Amino acid sequence: MTSTTLSHDVHPVHFDAYGKKLGMWIFLFTEVLLFGGLFLVYAAYRFLNHDAFHEGSAELNVVVGAINTVVLLTSSLTVAMSITALQRGDSKRAINLIMWTLILAGTFMFNKYYEWYTKWEHGLFPGMDHYKELPAGKAQFFNLYFFMTGLHAIHIIIGSILLMVIAFYIKKGTINQQRYTYLENGGLYWHLVDVIWIYLFPLFYLII
Amino acid sequence: MTAIPQSGTYINFFEVKRGFMSWLVTADHKRIALLYFYAIMGFFIVAFGLGLVMRLELIAPGATILDPQTYNEVFTLHGVIMIFLFIIPGIPAIFGNFALPMLIGAPDVAFPKLNLISWYLYVLGGLLALSTLLFGDGPADTGWTFYAPYSVKTGTNVTVAVLAAFVLGFSSILTGLNFIVTMHQMRAPGMTWFKMPLFPWALYATAWIQVLATPIIGITLLMIVAERTLGLGLFDPALGGDPVLYQHLFWIYSHPAVYIMALPAMGIVSETIPVFVKKSIFGYKVIVYSSLAIAFIGYFVWGHHMFTSGMSGPARVIFSVLTFLVAIPSAIKVFNWVATLYKGAIDIKVPLLYALAFIFQFAIGGLTGLVVGALATDIHVHDTYFVVGHFHYVMFGGTGFAFFGALHFYYPKIWGRMYNLKWANIAFVIFFIGFNLVYFPMLVLGMMGMPRRYYDYLPEFTLPNLISTIGSWVLAIGLVIMIVNLINGRKGPKASTNPWQSVTLDWTHTQSPPTLYNFDETPQVERGPYDYRNYEQYLKEHNKN
Repeated sequence: MTSTTLSHDVHPVHFDAYGKKLGMWIFLFTEVLLFGGLFLVYAAYRFLNHDAFHEGSAELNVVVGAINTVVLLTSSLTVAMSITALQRGDSKRAINLIMWTLILAGTFMFNKYYEWYTKWEHGLFPGMDHYKELPAGKAQFFNLYFFMTGLHAIHIIIGSILLMVIAFYIKKGTINQQRYTYLENGGLYWHLVDVIWIYLFPLFYLII
Repeated sequence: MTAIPQSGTYINFFEVKRGFMSWLVTADHKRIALLYFYAIMGFFIVAFGLGLVMRLELIAPGATILDPQTYNEVFTLHGVIMIFLFIIPGIPAIFGNFALPMLIGAPDVAFPKLNLISWYLYVLGGLLALSTLLFGDGPADTGWTFYAPYSVKTGTNVTVAVLAAFVLGFSSILTGLNFIVTMHQMRAPGMTWFKMPLFPWALYATAWIQVLATPIIGITLLMIVAERTLGLGLFDPALGGDPVLYQHLFWIYSHPAVYIMALPAMGIVSETIPVFVKKSIFGYKVIVYSSLAIAFIGYFVWGHHMFTSGMSGPARVIFSVLTFLVAIPSAIKVFNWVATLYKGAIDIKVPLLYALAFIFQFAIGGLTGLVVGALATDIHVHDTYFVVGHFHYVMFGGTGFAFFGALHFYYPKIWGRMYNLKWANIAFVIFFIGFNLVYFPMLVLGMMGMPRRYYDYLPEFTLPNLISTIGSWVLAIGLVIMIVNLINGRKGPKASTNPWQSVTLDWTHTQSPPTLYNFDETPQVERGPYDYRNYEQYLKEHNKN
């Protein structure tokens, strides 16, 4: 074995964009599996309580759910556009598009709040009396509804914070035309949150 | 051993920066490995002590030193600490972190800061687990499995214990992710995948299990938290939940987790044996493929923990067959290690002794595993001490021994000093005898029908229990001698950079202790990892001194 004199290479200072993206994809696997466990529970309980799940589904507001789906898909578009903008060197537009993404995320959360609040007004919220009286099968539907959409909402919040931090660093210039991997990774995370909703929406609102 | 005196003309990773704070904010994989080492050893000693207390309670029938409730809490805390805080992170987080970059010729892992975050998450998880002792109705009393519906009903601190396991899982995921990217991106020039040493390969297979299985337990534990705090009746049959579903979800992670514990240990054994036999490992590629096969098949065998929980007949048969299948790659490795010894120049040093003990005890653990993996015999021994004996042979007799073997193996590399070899041998012999005295009687007790997880037993089980308890003291004496010897070794004679005469990069191309970024120059790899042809000539040309 011969050693060459590459003494500069041994210091881990070079920026490995591919490696960072690979790491992000592996992290996304773990997120998919996190929700995968819930999809498994959903499948098992839907199989056991088919009629109750049908009834539960009928009590959700399909219109609000559909609007939220459109809102979230649009936000994925704005994130993707923001990446392209940064790649072309237009960091101002990139930040603007991230702001649009955040506004759409806020819209989604407002609609979610409205939906949950309606349930709360009807006493159909975990811990409330009416909720405790639900028949077992229907209770499982709402258990999973609140748990899964709640966990998804937490992911929206985390994703939003992530995008805010990224926007800050774009403004600072640390994330720029040459080094846009962090924005790409933030975008990947946002798309994942979007994709999970694409599954949650039919599972709770559409399948009857 | 060739004693080449150290020149002392370089700055090693201890000396780069001094002071307590420099450790807390370090991104150096070797320092993080040591941070893990001290934290993990601390937790290990706590859980080892709890084990001694349990054995003391079981020295004779009836209540001796613990009441039933305390006993339940003690075995739960022992299990939670040993599993989540010692065995799962033990070898990857300490020796993987320390040696992996050096074994593949890299200056560090791919994400050094993430590596430090993993350690902080580990510490947070550990403190959460220990905090359950301090408030409320005491630590969880459910067993480390947190089976529903009891875990959603008991008044003890299950919520915090479960959150601790969740945080530790996150730490484990980040370590696995880091290692995968490191191996993909940072191998030295010339190190193709099939020139990579076997410990990295084992860590690679392990890392994929960590990444792909851990989220399942994460979400399952969150469901337990939601059930306890928000009253969502996800697993409580009284509220329409299905407790058997909980068991499925739990074991979908926790069986692959057994391979998270075992595969790195196998990697250590594969790394150790060629060095002390001075011979290429037998069937390198087969060992690689068997690691990957174990990781893959290991996903599909979880049901064998639930043969008595109410599963359909066909499901049980399928899980049983798959369990037999996963035993094959493990057995292949055992044959490979033994075949490597054949006609080798065997140099019996402490690390090799631990590796050989691993093979012996892991074989017992593996074969007893088939007894519980087979449907008919499992019905007989399910939930008896046979199971306790079986998994301690795998976890402690296997992984635990490999852990201490790795510690003796890498000791001169980490600290640049050598411990007393004679006392290390004595400690090993006592440790080995003690281990078998503790756990072999458990296999017998299980066959006799003694159930696990009780603080009391029938009088006819007295003698094997007495032997086991005496064995636990022998084991403890062995451990104390080992630890004292290793602590004294810090003031021992300086070790040469390559005292075991290994030909892998971590020994040939780095100092002991290594420098901050390990290598002065990026190594160019041309030889296979265990190429011991003309190794004396090769080492003469390449050893640092």
